[in-house]
Amino acid sequence: MARVWIPALLRGMTGGQSEIEVAGQTVGELIDQLEVRYPGIRERLMDGDRLRPNIAVIIDGVRSRQGLRQPVNDTNEVHFVPAISGGCSEAHERSR
Amino acid sequence: MSGENQSVEQPTYRVVGTRPIRPDGVDKVTGRAIFGADVRLSGMLYGRVLRSPHAHARIKSIDTSAAEALPGVKAVITGRDFPDPQNKVAASGEGTVNLRSLAHNCIARDKVLYFGHAVAAVAATTPNLAEEALKLIRVEYEPLPVVLDVLEAMRPDAPLLHEDLRTNEMGQRSERPSNVANHTRHERGDVEKAFAEAAVVVEREFRTSMVHQGYIEPQNGTVLWNADGQISVWCSTQAPFDERSQIAEILDVPVSKIKLTPAEIGGGFGGKLSVYLEPLAAMLSKKAGHKPVQMVMNRAEVLAATGPTSGSCIRVKMGADRNGCIVAAQAWMAYEAGAFPGSPVDAGAGVIFAPYRIPNVRIDAYDVVVNKPRAGAYRAPGGTNAAFASESVIDELAEQLGIDPLEFRILNGAKEGDRRADGPVYRRIGFIEAAQAAQAHPHYSAPLAPSRLDPTGKNPAIKRGRGVAAGFWFNWGGKSSAWASLNPDGTVSLIEGSPDIGGSRASIAMQLAESLGVRFEDVKPAVVDTDSVGYNDATGGSRVTFGTGWVAYRLGQKLKQQLKERAALLWDVSPEQVQVEAGMFSCNGHRITIQELAAKMHETGGPIVAGDTFESEEYGPGFGVHIVDLEVDTETGKVQILRYTAAQDVGRAIHPSYVEGQLQGGVAQGIGWALNEEYVYDADGHLLNASFLDYRIPTALDLPMIDTVLVEVPNPGHPYGVRGVGETPIVPPAGAVANAIYHATGVRMTTLPMSPARILEALGKV
Repeated sequence: MARVWIPALLRGMTGGQSEIEVAGQTVGELIDQLEVRYPGIRERLMDGDRLRPNIAVIIDGVRSRQGLRQPVNDTNEVHFVPAISGGCSEAHERSR
Repeated sequence: MSGENQSVEQPTYRVVGTRPIRPDGVDKVTGRAIFGADVRLSGMLYGRVLRSPHAHARIKSIDTSAAEALPGVKAVITGRDFPDPQNKVAASGEGTVNLRSLAHNCIARDKVLYFGHAVAAVAATTPNLAEEALKLIRVEYEPLPVVLDVLEAMRPDAPLLHEDLRTNEMGQRSERPSNVANHTRHERGDVEKAFAEAAVVVEREFRTSMVHQGYIEPQNGTVLWNADGQISVWCSTQAPFDERSQIAEILDVPVSKIKLTPAEIGGGFGGKLSVYLEPLAAMLSKKAGHKPVQMVMNRAEVLAATGPTSGSCIRVKMGADRNGCIVAAQAWMAYEAGAFPGSPVDAGAGVIFAPYRIPNVRIDAYDVVVNKPRAGAYRAPGGTNAAFASESVIDELAEQLGIDPLEFRILNGAKEGDRRADGPVYRRIGFIEAAQAAQAHPHYSAPLAPSRLDPTGKNPAIKRGRGVAAGFWFNWGGKSSAWASLNPDGTVSLIEGSPDIGGSRASIAMQLAESLGVRFEDVKPAVVDTDSVGYNDATGGSRVTFGTGWVAYRLGQKLKQQLKERAALLWDVSPEQVQVEAGMFSCNGHRITIQELAAKMHETGGPIVAGDTFESEEYGPGFGVHIVDLEVDTETGKVQILRYTAAQDVGRAIHPSYVEGQLQGGVAQGIGWALNEEYVYDADGHLLNASFLDYRIPTALDLPMIDTVLVEVPNPGHPYGVRGVGETPIVPPAGAVANAIYHATGVRMTTLPMSPARILEALGKV
């Protein structure tokens, strides 16, 4: 199972756990499994059917280019981190 | 200048690592290069922008009738002429951009949010007429309370810039509106326990001011919105494709209707990743009856109304054990985003402890809107602020432990396999190698000249000190596309879409030449418009020599394969039997050069052309370590830089002269940020120093020649080992200068810039 690092601001949903072993073939499946165990976590990571635009997935130190479709394996370490802004970025949602 | 090159491996290259003359050199030095403001079109009008005199105000009404009636005025526009984009997020440079914010930044709708915010624009037959027309536009404002300071903006009772803005905490929005747009946290280990057990703990608060990139060429845009609906744009940009998308969204037209031609660019440093004038020029062009409109900012507009980088407040606490190992680090970082969310605070949070191996860490990062211009990217966005804070505290820790400051950094330095403070594990990096190169440099062991006496000959008024600091930048890969076609004389035309800011025509052409086996002079690079090449991400994030270089390498391999097939056809053998070395193809005693094969291409199957698009995420971060000697005049507060050495892991220097230039340029900007540069506002938010006389960037007279040490720890994620080099060198200077000032005077400076007034204040002289 892949090892998923839970972002610090979401650890309240995982009982304080920062690293969790999760089964799944893709990043999307990892999030689905997290949602089963920690309801509500999907909404914090995703906007509709996509990753939130201010979140990047890092797998074994390399940024994923395929978003939810990015394949993962049992040896992978997966991080959800802020997408690095170029300063011109504004990935924060305003209420509509 | 004494440039050094230290490589951990020395493969044999014919082109990589040499120093040829850049392809665009003659045009640049003779003034023939065409910049955006040089564009001339038949019947062209001149556009000017009316800007807000208020830092925060509601627009009650705009009356443009008198301006429209002025003879020679062909169009007047306001925010009402534009559609209102949704909160759609699009790619921009290394990050993303909210198109509604971008549109409202280009021209205000119901509110102005900073001094200089665009309110209306005019197109006329001459620039002077356009200026005159601006004076005839009547705008009725309702001034609103202004908030300029990041900490004041975070208070619950602060004036709100956006009534609908909520704080986002990893997908959860606050119930109440706030100027705090975003909060991010990185946390690992047990910080409190580690601090409690630490032998030494240092904690300080740092402030930095908003600063500008200081590129010499102002923003400009020339646009023809033709009667057939096609829109042609010529402008100075780092991001032709991203800006094409931005313009399309702001104007609500299909992206295929827009062709953007990037002119030569007179500096960007991150400041030319998003549009300001182009949508206005387009709308003026349409409204003026489809006549081309050119708009060029003046320096005051550039400073007041483009995208400087954030001022900030950063609190850092670090602890170490008796052996000198850092056991815990904590940072609280709040960055000014300007008028719209999007400061580089998250990048700063990634930079702040990046060079070090720290088991227990917590970083809180806040993105905060204030009544200042919308922050843009600036060379390692957010990094200089962060490293100023952390490298000052690192220095203090080393001092308290009695350990040499470079030795302390090496002792705690991150290596391959160590975990970054924000989570992921490093692959092959060269921080230790860069720090050791700095440590071994003659500068570090040279005796520091003694302090000098004042004119009375009694007091050492001129005090000298030496400081060091480290820095990090992520770098970026991004998407690149290019074409290469072999000419009958054996040369290669290279069509690329990455604007050349730092000599990338040369560095890309060199990689194609190396890969294919031709001379550098045989590759003819051209940067073309958005209709003429596939998508390219921005020239930013120190990515082009890496990312577009990858494509150049692949193009060379593709051309070489086609040439092998042509040679095989001539010799009636299979392509696999054909050997290639240094541009010579051979098999079974046959030999033929690329030039000879090129001459025969039309009798062996026709044109030899290759196209490619590629994206690699294995870009490899960069680390630098700097040493500075300086003197402080304790009577005037003036700091003079005496000697500066920058060592950096550059992966592989494709063109060492341009890599050295990147290091020197980053250092020069970093020293300006450290000592002089800052936006000065009055209490009402009026910018008081919107000129290069009052906004003081360093000149050649302010700086010594900057020595460089190119440490080559090849990036395994690139065929030639390239890492990005352009941004890392601006990260350490402020910290290094602050540490040197402390060494000279015994005073820790915690606010940027460390101007004469601030130094005198810190010394207790005023």
